[in-house]
Amino acid sequence: MSATTVRTARPSLLLPRRPTRSRLVAAVARHAVTIAVLLAMLYPVLWMIDASFRPNGVIGTTYLPFAGEFTTENYEAGLRRTSTLNFSRYFVNSTIVAVLSVVGNVFACTLAAYAFARLQFPLRRTLFAILMGTLLLPYQVTMVPQYILFNELGWLNTYLPLVVPRFLATDAFYVFLAVQFIRGLPRELDEAARIDGCSHLSIFTRVIAPLLGPAIATTAMFTFVHAWNDFLGPRLYISDTRLYTVPQGLVQFVDATGQSSVGALFAMATLAIAPVVGFFLAAQRLLTQGIATTGLK
Amino acid sequence: MALAVVPKMTRPDGPPRRRGHADVVDPERQAALRRRHRREALAAYGFLTPWILGLLLIVIGPMIASLVLSFTRYELIGSPEFVGLENYERMFTEDPRWWKSVRVTLAYTALSVPLVLTFSLLLAVFLNRGIRGLALYRTLFYVPSLLGGSVAIALLWIQVFGSDGLVNAVLGVFGVDSTRSWIGNPSTALVTLVALNVWTFGSSMVIFLAGLRQIPQSYYEAAALDGASRWRQFRSITFPSLSPVIFFNTLLTIINSLQSFTPAYVISGGTGAPADSLLVYTVYLYQRGFTNFQMGYASAMAWALLAGLAVITAVLFWSARFWVFYGEDA
Repeated sequence: MSATTVRTARPSLLLPRRPTRSRLVAAVARHAVTIAVLLAMLYPVLWMIDASFRPNGVIGTTYLPFAGEFTTENYEAGLRRTSTLNFSRYFVNSTIVAVLSVVGNVFACTLAAYAFARLQFPLRRTLFAILMGTLLLPYQVTMVPQYILFNELGWLNTYLPLVVPRFLATDAFYVFLAVQFIRGLPRELDEAARIDGCSHLSIFTRVIAPLLGPAIATTAMFTFVHAWNDFLGPRLYISDTRLYTVPQGLVQFVDATGQSSVGALFAMATLAIAPVVGFFLAAQRLLTQGIATTGLK
Repeated sequence: MALAVVPKMTRPDGPPRRRGHADVVDPERQAALRRRHRREALAAYGFLTPWILGLLLIVIGPMIASLVLSFTRYELIGSPEFVGLENYERMFTEDPRWWKSVRVTLAYTALSVPLVLTFSLLLAVFLNRGIRGLALYRTLFYVPSLLGGSVAIALLWIQVFGSDGLVNAVLGVFGVDSTRSWIGNPSTALVTLVALNVWTFGSSMVIFLAGLRQIPQSYYEAAALDGASRWRQFRSITFPSLSPVIFFNTLLTIINSLQSFTPAYVISGGTGAPADSLLVYTVYLYQRGFTNFQMGYASAMAWALLAGLAVITAVLFWSARFWVFYGEDA
């Protein structure tokens, strides 16, 4: 088919069309560029993971991944309990904090979101405006008095300061996310349930909550990542080494060993990022939708 | 776009009340309606109880307390002593480290934000031109954004930019012999922190990609018919259509950069070293508050940060009128 017939017959195909051969070349080039950028970005992490499986002395001399001697001794060394370090304990601690945070956020944020999205009540506009206002509030503004409050309550060296705020829906972002999601659900569903005599609570638990899958998955995933990576919170409230979370353990590890055992440090750092990356990859379809519609960082 | 989703409030009641015969308002029905509204309001506040408790006890209460504390001297032992504006005065006039932390933070933000936005926009436009396996690429590009704030990656960064680290090794491959410790040197330390921020550009790229998908393909087809070049298409179609998303990403990246804590804290060993070149605002605030236990001073710093954020946000919103376009359907 000549170019002229295309031009006259189907104007919508007028976008520059090259012969098939060069389109294939263009596609290959595009993948090549993308993969090159990706590799450059992920290379430091891949190097770390690779180095974590190398004998300690070799690290810092090889930069080609997956060549040479393989060992798990770094992992054994890192997880070995010493007088100052106990990484298996830290992983348990981090899991406790992260799981409780997820439960709290999912519970409190969806409850509040249902009220904002579906119910009429006095001060609704005002409260919603306040919710949106707290979205941009820097943590530093409330950090000092929160510390004083939790200190007065005797909550230092417990996980309560890290977990209780989650059960009180203080992460406004996730409330907003669920509000947006619930607004997208057809209202006929809850009206039908209401005509059948359902209370608001049972409309929420039986009609709305089961449909909140993607919103809950997004909330759960990002709460998990933030709680798991959080360093400032544990740093403020946890000083008992038995209660340390993984990020604290990593800092402690560097303080205790200096640069002498990079291999074991890399092994522990690899274990520290593994659950984050793992969950993300497992749930990515739901998540990227959530990110795309709400702009979550 | 993402900011434009802030919803309109609509009444959730069903269809408008049918007008009865002769328009007589039935007092009994009105009472029933009132009861229903009361029940609904009660239920709503039930659902909101955790959030309201959190708002009062964990957000607004501490916010007010922090403002009050900023006018006091308080070292956690004893009781706060009212000192008026002394903390603010000291901050602005007698504390060179405070100014240093402001400069470091602004430099960090001013370097990071344009780079993050440029990279993420370029790559989003590139990927949006059509590539197989987009979902997979998008996912992988997002991974650094999940890890960027973690201690693990900050510690990795120390190794990567150390004197016998990855960067110098790569430079060696290209024939540049470097034993410089990028992190140990005050003139380059901040650059490594910026690099870490730029490394996490995937999250804004994902938002750009979502925005790009909203631009109707027909615009480009029409432009191509008129013989518009690729660059012309970008300037006249992509940029204006995407400008609300660019605005949103700019705001988000600035706010995140100004509040970033963990990477600077870990890389500098909690001190802002070398020579305070990594003394970002949040790290200095942490030092004042929780190393020196100067709760009043730290609170004043927090309110100065809030004021600074408010000014920057206001300027950004003001600038939006010149470059952000809210079209009919974009």
